[in-house]
Amino acid sequence: MAYEQNLVCFNTFGSEESWTLATYEKHDGYSAWRKVLAGEFTPEQIIDEVKASGLRGRGGAGFPTGLKWSFMPRNADVQKYLVCNSDESEPGTCHDREVLRYNPHCLVEGMAIAAYAMGATVAYNYIRGEFIDEPVPRFEAALREAYAAGLLGKNIQGSGIDVDLYAFVGAGAYICGEETALLESLEGKQGKPRFKPPFPANYGLYGQPTTINNTQSLASVPAILRNGAAWFAGLGPEGSGGTAQFSVSGHVERPGNYELPMGIPFRELLDICGGVWRGRSLKAVIPGGSSVPVMPAEAIMDCTMDYTSLQQAGSSFGTGAVMVMDDTTCMVSVLRRISRFYMAESCGQCTPCREGTGWLYRMLTRILDGEGQEDDLDKLLDVANKIEGHTICALGDAAAWPVQSFLKHFHHEFEYMIRNHGRSIVDGTRNAAA
Amino acid sequence: MTDDVVNIEVDGKPVEARKGQMLIEVTDEIGTYIPRFCYHEKLSIAANCRMCLVEIEKAPKPMPACATPVGEGMKVFTRSPKAIAAQKATMEFLLINHPLDCPICDQGGECELQDLAVGYGRDVSRYNDGKRVVKDKDIGPLVSTDMTRCIHCTRCVRFGEEVTGMQQLGTTERGENMKIGTFVEQSVDHELSANIIDLCPVGALNNKPYRYSARAWEMVQRATVSPHDCVGSNMFAHVLRGTVKRIVPRVNEKINETWLADRDRFSYEAIYSSDRLATPRVKESGVWRELDWESALSVAADALTDAEPGKSGILASPSVTLEEAHLLARIAAAIDTSNIDCRIGRRDFSDQDNDPVYPSLGCDIDAIEKQDAIFVIGSNVRREAPILAHRLRKASLAGARVSFASSVEHEYFFDIADYLSGAGLVEMLSAVAVAAAADKKLPTAVAGLCKGVTADDVHRRIAASLRAADQGLVLLGNIANRHAAYSAVRGLAAAIAEMTGAVLGSLSDGSNSAGAHLAGLLPHRSQGGQPRGEAGLHAGALLDEALDAIMLVNIEPDADLLATSGAVEKLARQKFVVALTPFVSDALLEAADLLLPIGTFAETSGTFINVSGTWQSFAGVAAPVGEARPAWKVLRVLGNLLDIPDFDYVTSEEVRDEVRSQLGDLTPDNSYAGQTALAMASGDDSPAAEIDIPIYSVDGLVRRASALQLTVEARLAASKAADS
Repeated sequence: MAYEQNLVCFNTFGSEESWTLATYEKHDGYSAWRKVLAGEFTPEQIIDEVKASGLRGRGGAGFPTGLKWSFMPRNADVQKYLVCNSDESEPGTCHDREVLRYNPHCLVEGMAIAAYAMGATVAYNYIRGEFIDEPVPRFEAALREAYAAGLLGKNIQGSGIDVDLYAFVGAGAYICGEETALLESLEGKQGKPRFKPPFPANYGLYGQPTTINNTQSLASVPAILRNGAAWFAGLGPEGSGGTAQFSVSGHVERPGNYELPMGIPFRELLDICGGVWRGRSLKAVIPGGSSVPVMPAEAIMDCTMDYTSLQQAGSSFGTGAVMVMDDTTCMVSVLRRISRFYMAESCGQCTPCREGTGWLYRMLTRILDGEGQEDDLDKLLDVANKIEGHTICALGDAAAWPVQSFLKHFHHEFEYMIRNHGRSIVDGTRNAAA
Repeated sequence: MTDDVVNIEVDGKPVEARKGQMLIEVTDEIGTYIPRFCYHEKLSIAANCRMCLVEIEKAPKPMPACATPVGEGMKVFTRSPKAIAAQKATMEFLLINHPLDCPICDQGGECELQDLAVGYGRDVSRYNDGKRVVKDKDIGPLVSTDMTRCIHCTRCVRFGEEVTGMQQLGTTERGENMKIGTFVEQSVDHELSANIIDLCPVGALNNKPYRYSARAWEMVQRATVSPHDCVGSNMFAHVLRGTVKRIVPRVNEKINETWLADRDRFSYEAIYSSDRLATPRVKESGVWRELDWESALSVAADALTDAEPGKSGILASPSVTLEEAHLLARIAAAIDTSNIDCRIGRRDFSDQDNDPVYPSLGCDIDAIEKQDAIFVIGSNVRREAPILAHRLRKASLAGARVSFASSVEHEYFFDIADYLSGAGLVEMLSAVAVAAAADKKLPTAVAGLCKGVTADDVHRRIAASLRAADQGLVLLGNIANRHAAYSAVRGLAAAIAEMTGAVLGSLSDGSNSAGAHLAGLLPHRSQGGQPRGEAGLHAGALLDEALDAIMLVNIEPDADLLATSGAVEKLARQKFVVALTPFVSDALLEAADLLLPIGTFAETSGTFINVSGTWQSFAGVAAPVGEARPAWKVLRVLGNLLDIPDFDYVTSEEVRDEVRSQLGDLTPDNSYAGQTALAMASGDDSPAAEIDIPIYSVDGLVRRASALQLTVEARLAASKAADS
């Protein structure tokens, strides 16, 4: 079966200067926003449309976007904010970067529509610091073009609608992708997650009602309004509307970002990426960014890439960052690398994550150094379990899930290494990777 | 049942709670203890330590009791296997990087982590990797740091942000590398900063002067009261075999809450200063020699007996106890003199007949927070009474308009509505009075002072804020009280208060100005404010007369006697001066003829009456140094030697009870009754003539507290004094 690519967020890809306003408008860009400005959509209609589209948050948690929007006290007479989360930091994930680089107007339009729908007159795009090179200038250029074209600002085109968009560049912290840490950072404070409740919809940026959405979620909105909720929902299976951008990395022939309909079988996705490289066989896949549970080859081969299927199989759709590992991969090394990331990125605020992530990393390092003890594996699991669900934000869970799942599916590799004083089960099999 | 009540269940017991309360507040109220580190009732909720995780029915994860609001029908399990498992997990995490150096940690024995580790920790650590080590910081002479012990609860950080408003401590870096510190190396200087010692649940922030000098379980804890300002902060002295080792706050929500000013906490060092006078000394032909108490007291008694009526004088510190003040007043009466005064810092006595019966705040200390508008006149209140400054800040945060008038602007960490500065107090206040009068007639007393004065917008805003306030307070500070034209300043302040419907209040010097006034340590009034027939010499004039005998009580003439200039020389010229003093100094050796060693606040029992009229009695907490004796006992024996009848007090309580029964119930009325036009009196209204005593120079004790003298505040004051 052939899958049509680049239907939603990547719709200008392949055109000359795909990031310009002219190109975007050639692809019907801003037609939805112009309809909004012309009064053809009420905020309620937009929210209903997004609800009906089945769009779910693409930042990892998969919360229904329309429902999130409906939590905003739209009619309260206070300043409300929309914040776009472009602090794309989950390891393996790099598709928001592509939206910012190659189709920034799609995001600008989506943010404008969302802001209007929720009664927010000011919206910020929080962009990760490492994007300073190309994505930030592209997005800022798009803002300038949109302002110049009279698509943003106060009383836009006489509609009475005010929407001001700003870009904000972070300083490079994974934790600032957590929505409340992002708000703190945006306020000029240290990026430390807030305890919830209160939720941002009640007490967000500067204490005002705020909605935070992922880049891809917001960039999907123009296509939903253009083509209708039914069209969008119909792209994917039940419960997972639209397309997803898969950042496929690892041991495949053609790694890259692919925008494909939700629900595509993993097999097909792997084929589109040219299959496992060098003709090797598949060992494992992390299907949604480094924090989601790893899946052994046999488990993922039967899955379709959507929220329901991956959840039933014991993992999660996450951010759509698919990390493919072939049979030469040492799973202990992979886990240690992942654990190092969460140790380095813990904000340090709350105890289990601050202390536990380092402990996990050091135990894994010891095992790799050949100094592992038999009881280290039980201890690893126990520490992970004690972090999970005990922290202020989800970083603790993100650190725990890989440990739990790697131990569940690849326990024998860890045991082998401990018994063989640091020798990996894959040592001697071709050229070990990872 | 009202809408505000929700019914919850804690460990199977039904409990009523108020809507919006956090779970931990409810469980604390009913006495169900949930372990915690980061939670503190005076600080915002951080929910970062995760020690207070409890199980809540239907919640998928354990919830922090400190940050979970109660809801109708909530079922909480604080000791269920799930709750205990979560708490134990947190404890294990906290301990993996905590150095288990309890035997050499000052916090040992009173450490929240140690205590909870007994209940929730394992006997053997499962963590066998290297522990984190954090470099210590030098944050000044008061607080020691052992940052490796820090458990990152951020109480100290939140204290700076929220309580003092002067954030000096914060966190840097993240994850395991997160540390508490000052970022740019500096000391932590706020006058309440040492409260972080008490807030720190572990041994990371500790008491620097106390370091390694005692163990918590060896000491006895005795209640006492601060002798340094008119607040009378409640404190505990921790005493080891008769020696005060440290001072900690004693909770009193109506006075100092859970806080203590650094001055109150560290002044105890002076009790053991090398300046302490250990034995009585007498000067004979210009040569000092030691003598025994019996002979010393007879020398004093003889001098007082020999003095002609009206030719002796008594000057006492406003920090003497009520009992000492009463005995002094009785001795003065017996030797027939009304040359007696406790107002040693005042410089303008011209309108003293219109003083209230004792200087008072005009409201309770905790009522400051409830004011809608406050106008503080001539005060460096953070230095004069740190706890009152904290209450002012709370008032401001709660929405009160707080304005100031002082020639020099002082720094405050809250929004100041208006700040009048740069001119003399009389000049500034007369304009506010004009604004307060609007088109009405000014009171006679100040009409002359306000003649030709025009008000601008700032003056009008201040007057309007007081007028608009349901509760307004005009507060005279100690700079105002020491002002050369105090009468004019007070008259104007009273006029402003009267015309705007605000209450007039005043700070006062020392810890017991109120008690000393009530006991009758005044030349123009006897006990209870009764006018004397003929007024004696006040503190500003007493030394200018040639008297037969003068008694100084707890006064250092070079530093404390601001009422007159050149006090040391004037005293030296007098026929006979006896000084009851805890300390000996060059000035005292020059000024006095007889030195009698008395105990400090720690070595005597007594009573202080604070600025809101609260009587606070305390017992002696420490063994006297050398041959020093409590001043009330010295005075009692002196009275016996003078053959004063009914002077056989056995305890200080007897003295106190006698004054109490004689005084009855006296409430001061601060409203001003004077009808005569006030002049500028001694008159210098220039800012240069104002006296602002540095925070760590207010009395002999703090001047000798070595750690306090090392603070930035004290060193700046010293270099300023050296320059002038």
